[in-house]
Amino acid sequence: MGDLTGQATAGAAAERPRGRLRVVLGMAPGVGKTVRMLAEGRAERDAGRDVVIGLLETHGRADTAAAAAGLELVARRMVSYRGTELEEMDLPAVLARAPELCLIDELAHTNAPGLEHAKRYEDVEEVLAAGIDVLSTLNVQHLESLNDQVAELSGVRVRETVPDAVLAAADEVVVVDLTPEELLERLRAGKVYPAARIESALGNFFRVENLTALREVALRQVAEEVGQRRIAAAGGGMRAELLDAAAGQAVGERLLVLVQPQPSTQRLVRRAWRSAQRLGAELDLLWVRPPGALDAEHERSLTALMQLASMLGAHFVVEESDTLVETVVAVARRRHSTYILMGRPRPARGLARLHTPLPLRLMELLPGVDVRIVADRGRREERGER
Amino acid sequence: MKLGRNRIGRATGEGEREGRILVPFTAQGLSQRALDAALRLARAEEATIVPAFLVRVPRTLPLDSPLPAACSVGMPLQEVIEQRAGAAGVAVDARVSRGRTYRDALGRLLAQERFDRVVIAAGADARHGLAEHDLGWLLAEVPAEVVILRPAVEPSGRDGEAGSRA
Repeated sequence: MGDLTGQATAGAAAERPRGRLRVVLGMAPGVGKTVRMLAEGRAERDAGRDVVIGLLETHGRADTAAAAAGLELVARRMVSYRGTELEEMDLPAVLARAPELCLIDELAHTNAPGLEHAKRYEDVEEVLAAGIDVLSTLNVQHLESLNDQVAELSGVRVRETVPDAVLAAADEVVVVDLTPEELLERLRAGKVYPAARIESALGNFFRVENLTALREVALRQVAEEVGQRRIAAAGGGMRAELLDAAAGQAVGERLLVLVQPQPSTQRLVRRAWRSAQRLGAELDLLWVRPPGALDAEHERSLTALMQLASMLGAHFVVEESDTLVETVVAVARRRHSTYILMGRPRPARGLARLHTPLPLRLMELLPGVDVRIVADRGRREERGER
Repeated sequence: MKLGRNRIGRATGEGEREGRILVPFTAQGLSQRALDAALRLARAEEATIVPAFLVRVPRTLPLDSPLPAACSVGMPLQEVIEQRAGAAGVAVDARVSRGRTYRDALGRLLAQERFDRVVIAAGADARHGLAEHDLGWLLAEVPAEVVILRPAVEPSGRDGEAGSRA
């Protein structure tokens, strides 16, 4: 009997197209993601769709519990782990119930050991594969690529993360926006945490500067999603994920900056970093170190340059060689560089004037790699230009 | 193309200067008065100014973590300082330094390098940047001449004056 049910479910899933994923994204706990998810679920149900709640975390908030009233809830299952009873989403029950739309809160949640999947977003993937639409929620600090940035901004590092690919694969991402002041008001009114936790929250994560920064990150994230979808839409009928993959290969940039241990190089590195930020590119710094010892002044400049590279998140590559061009070409090929940035070459003197200038040689030897000479802004200003 | 070791120094055109004037600043900004004072001193003494961007790293992160958010504020400031210095004909040798506090970041930099002067503005709001006790620490511990500028006064008030102590 069980086998027959399994076959029937599999057969039904085979007939149903993959479900659609909609993610409600917020800057912090308490902005109203879950309430928004429930409101949307209720609207879908009122429009005649079969909607159930697969998993709901009310965190004891009265308005969240009220928003769930009247919606069918799939009961949680109890999981025993090291003598503790944990409540988790009942994935088999959700799949067996097979609604049209399932509301699953907290996409970044880590499941108790021993369940079908380690992470809730993997459960969601299985629900989608069964042809069930999913509406879920996520805080921006749980996004893997933003984890470091958010930790830097807020001083709080979260352990439960979601790969960016999960959000990128979502059919829709909506942001629940609230000004930091409004959120703090909600917090002080006891709408986010119980009274005992409010003071501690206000002094730590819930500071205006934190929330402002997180809000910016959340809004930017959604803006980038919209931008990528617009590019995908312009592909004329191609599936978005196929186009995204191709675009990644076609326009994935990697910048290689030729540096020397001298003060003026820092400006070159900063400009390269800004370009890398705009392009979403990796940044490599290459110093072709001539054989021999460095004097104190160059040692000092080298240390400063390495500090700068480390703070910017750039990779500092040192190659000892007395053949500059060949070494640059080898490193550029090895690191799949798409851009080479360099300072203005020194005017050649003597026999060196007979040689092909460095930028031209690099362009000859590295077809398909852009070579950019970064101007000395000081010189422009000397001429009175702006 | 070969690059001889002995050509590096000549190529840079940036030989060792006599004096080095440290101008620390944070993501909260750099005092215009401190920069102007440092540039005036550097120009008069043909010294190099060293604008140092101090960054506070949260304890949850390793000290050598990349800090893109802080850099997105600090790097444009470094750029502005270099432009101002370039216009004033003053050589610049920028630095970045990380620490658990701004004082820690500054202390790490001072432990690595020698400076002849440190020019710093006492912030009007001590919650940002270096606080009063940090300035006291600078005066007591740093083996360099320390120039502390008073905070800018309100437009209606009397203009601040620079105080200096060697």
